[in-house]
Amino acid sequence: MKVSIDNLNSMLLDVLKELGNIGAGNAATALAKMINKKVDMKVPKIKILDFKDVPDILGGEEKPVVGIYFQMNGDIKGNIMLVLDVGSARNLVDIMFNTRTNREKFDEMELSALSEVGNILSASYVNSLSTLINLDLKISVPSISIDMAGAILSVPAVQFGQVGDKVLFIETEFQEDEKQVLGDLFLIPNMESFETILKQLGVIENEG
Amino acid sequence: MKVKKIGMADLGALKAPGILTTLGLGSCVGIALYDTVNQIAGLAHIMLPSSKEIRNNKNKAKFADTAIDILVDEMIKLGAKKNNIRAKIAGGSQMFSFNIKNDILKIGERNVEATKKKLRDLNIEIVAEDTGGNYGRTIELDAKDGSLCVKTIGHGSKVI
Repeated sequence: MKVSIDNLNSMLLDVLKELGNIGAGNAATALAKMINKKVDMKVPKIKILDFKDVPDILGGEEKPVVGIYFQMNGDIKGNIMLVLDVGSARNLVDIMFNTRTNREKFDEMELSALSEVGNILSASYVNSLSTLINLDLKISVPSISIDMAGAILSVPAVQFGQVGDKVLFIETEFQEDEKQVLGDLFLIPNMESFETILKQLGVIENEG
Repeated sequence: MKVKKIGMADLGALKAPGILTTLGLGSCVGIALYDTVNQIAGLAHIMLPSSKEIRNNKNKAKFADTAIDILVDEMIKLGAKKNNIRAKIAGGSQMFSFNIKNDILKIGERNVEATKKKLRDLNIEIVAEDTGGNYGRTIELDAKDGSLCVKTIGHGSKVI
């Protein structure tokens, strides 16, 4: 049987959960180091949803969200996208700059800081994945966009759309003091790389 | 008035009075078809240009080349006449950009091209379009007169 996102078995889900755990743990540690404060995290959730249900988790298609997008290179090729709701992005900026603002808009400096945090968080996941599957992985510089959730999420959805009809992502929640940051990380290997990962994890046999 | 929401990789048609809407189009393309004589409208939200390039192509509404055929059929079932059908298209933006060349990022542009080609093959005239850019769009199609309202965050709204 051909393994795809549409028919993932429970063992693979466990592996992905573990990956989410390690990745989020590393990300929380990296974030804590950067801001020099204690950062708590919740156990990440692995979610597999139909395209049409994805924007709902972020509060609807028209709700503004921040998307930070990377290209993944090395033994695995594909993309990584970190999506934060605007409130979480604001909290993250406030945690970093030690400020307390309620503005919905972000200035250049803040956008650059968000990209950098996105970079650190995504790199933590990629490093965990790299260690877990024993393959070489790198990520590009980030590209950031703030727009409707539907439009931002169409980017990973289109990429998943080439391999199946479902989207897989890891939901992570960080907390520093009373400020919460809820982020969704979409790991999008391209078609060949998806199979490479599954083979490396021993979830599917090497064919022929 | 009846409002029918069309999701990602989905399509639908209705007879006036009614509105078809799709929210947060990014690189996807919203294809609005309408027959003002019989007051029937159809809307498709496609994600990818061609069903032929993809192994998993069961969902016909996902692709420009297959969705439009089905949408026209659904409209004809409701009483539309093929010769009356006109088109307006929106979406196909590039939400993120990198310096390096990457086909997947150009998917919006390719979706628009594939949509235009398919409409040309079917002899359906494109009356108006609002495509490209780097921002999301919500569209609302009125089945009565085929007017298409395009809304954005920070780039205004207009009726085409």
